[in-house]
Amino acid sequence: MLERINEAYTQIARAQKTLGRTVNIMEVCGTHTVTIFRAGLRSALPEGLKLLSGPGCPVCITDQGYIDAILAFADRTDIIIATYGDMIRVPGRNGSLEQKTNRGNIKIILSAEDVLKLAKQNPDKKILFVAVGFETTAPATAVLANEALQQGIKNIAIFSNHKLVVPAMASLLTTKNHRIDAFICPGHVSVIIGCDAYLPIVEQFHKPCVVAGFEPMQIIDAISEICRQLAEDEPQLGSVYQAAVKPGGNETAKKIINDTFDISDGYWRGLGEIKKSTLKLKEKFSSLDAEKQLGVKFIPEEDLTGCCCGEVLCGLMDPPDCGLFATSCTPDSPVGPCMVSSEGACAAWFKYTRKKRQK
Amino acid sequence: MMMADDDKILLAHGGGGRLTNELIRSVIISALGNYTLSKLTDSAELKIGQTDICFTTDSFVVKPLFFNGGDIGKLAVCGTINDLAVGGAKPLVLSLSLIIEEGLELEVLRKILHSAAKAAKQENVEIVCGDTKVVEAGAADKIFINTSGIGLKLPKADVGFEKIAAGDKIIITGTIGDHGMTIISHREGTKFESDLKSDCAPVSEICGKVIEALGDDIKFMRDPTRGGLAATLNEIVNQTNLGIEIEESQIPVNPTVRAAADMLGFDILNIANEGKAVIVVSPQKAQKCLEICQSCEIGKEAAIIGQIIQGTEPLVELITMIKGRRIVPMPYGRELPRIC
Ligand code: SF4
Repeated sequence: MLERINEAYTQIARAQKTLGRTVNIMEVCGTHTVTIFRAGLRSALPEGLKLLSGPGCPVCITDQGYIDAILAFADRTDIIIATYGDMIRVPGRNGSLEQKTNRGNIKIILSAEDVLKLAKQNPDKKILFVAVGFETTAPATAVLANEALQQGIKNIAIFSNHKLVVPAMASLLTTKNHRIDAFICPGHVSVIIGCDAYLPIVEQFHKPCVVAGFEPMQIIDAISEICRQLAEDEPQLGSVYQAAVKPGGNETAKKIINDTFDISDGYWRGLGEIKKSTLKLKEKFSSLDAEKQLGVKFIPEEDLTGCCCGEVLCGLMDPPDCGLFATSCTPDSPVGPCMVSSEGACAAWFKYTRKKRQK
Repeated sequence: MMMADDDKILLAHGGGGRLTNELIRSVIISALGNYTLSKLTDSAELKIGQTDICFTTDSFVVKPLFFNGGDIGKLAVCGTINDLAVGGAKPLVLSLSLIIEEGLELEVLRKILHSAAKAAKQENVEIVCGDTKVVEAGAADKIFINTSGIGLKLPKADVGFEKIAAGDKIIITGTIGDHGMTIISHREGTKFESDLKSDCAPVSEICGKVIEALGDDIKFMRDPTRGGLAATLNEIVNQTNLGIEIEESQIPVNPTVRAAADMLGFDILNIANEGKAVIVVSPQKAQKCLEICQSCEIGKEAAIIGQIIQGTEPLVELITMIKGRRIVPMPYGRELPRIC
């Protein structure tokens, strides 16, 4: 263990020397962010490295308009809202699912499969499925849609807001003055999409992309590998999670995603519209599409006034520099995705580095 | 966060974390507050004539009713016994009240009561009064149980937040997270379900023995139930204005519990226990205290996990496996499985 940490120190120093400044590495994935905080990784690594928490929590980047659209059904007794647990605290303009739903018409599920069960158990109700997540949860939604269609199950309405990781990474790299030097790529997502999915980031933007699993030591190894590449100015694809990740990913899962969804432009909380970043059900699933069936109305948020998540994500700003930080934006009443996510950059700063809370 | 008038009660208000604290302080204490209640100890200390007694109450709404390692009946008895025991009292008598949903099978009720009786008998505690109400189907979830208990204060016991001082050691009497992960895995139907077992058990033997042997060197005890170790330790720093430093590598965790928590994205420090005690003990007697704990059946894996420090801020800090440091915050109140 000590050896691997020392190696990271060496490589960080080399990269810092080559760049002539602090090395900024973004961990794209929310689970990495959690690991980094729980393991106290920042405090174990030298100052010359800055880890930026990326937009990789699918729940946190859910636009307010999406929550509002679901909450429009909160009082309907003929509808059961089925959602992943971490979604219930994400605030819309008028509160969250946790605050605004009443008496049991919301069910927390662990997988899309549960929606099918719910639909069968409650034939007189419609199950409104809050379908969020990256490429990790999208295949399960796709399986659900296909099963429901095949079995002729009619009381399911899928409100898809699945997001794609790579377009968001590319979008951050086109932000003016961004300071992202490299990415630690998400383990679970990469199992599905494969390492090769990050090739455009490496080729067009010349940024190292290294896939890592969820052990703290793997993240440390990824940092070493990235810093080595930066020091030698050789951005590449890499993986320290080899066993699980193939270059092409999981073909079956990719195919069902392609067969079930169209890729469209979509809104990301705090980041605005990102081209070709959202999965919507194809025409043939219209009978299961909540937007068509229930007429759910999605009105995207305007700018989250005052929220600087874009800048925080890009490493241009630390959370306490945002005017709303710890005043109108706190973990209990979050504004931007970085505070919504319990381990997002702003929330983590608030919770774990209290000493620095006052600038 | 202050509660506004139009706020509603959320499930998280019952989770033993920040929201529970807020509810207790801003709504309950402000309505009912008196000297004894506002001390917020696990049990109230009262003087009746010349006798010091402890009095406590607790309600149980666990789902599923039966789980590996126990059931709601055992839990209801152990829970209240533990609240008395960590207050430095010897549990004497309990009350037991039932709120039953119409339609509950008699057989289920019998099983639950049998198990409550067994747990009480093992501890030499009598259930001396009770109440039964039946509500319409849908108005309760099968069965809710409330137990209250009275205990005799042990003569050598002198525990309380005010006794805690910098340098004191912190002991946990065994592995953490077992109860909570058993219940959650059952609810979520994870693949770990059958390998997990709740730690539901009385801690009165351990508490009684350490007090008997070490008297006022035992500064404070608490059973880290809802909100887990994190909630208990945060409560200590909030009440004492001291800091706490614990070492991840010293905290006993059953590997299956850790795997289940990792899979669902839970922080093990926030997960409930039902048969453990956190003991704060003077540094001189810490080793002795540890040995006594380890000599008890349920304390075999007891460990010294850290100490009270004179920090600049009342924070709980964790030294992680990789020797990083982080703050352990007060949990919010309700752990939710994560998809990311
Ligand atoms: S503190 Fe809140 S408003 Fe400011 S950048 Fe962070 S999330 Fe956005």
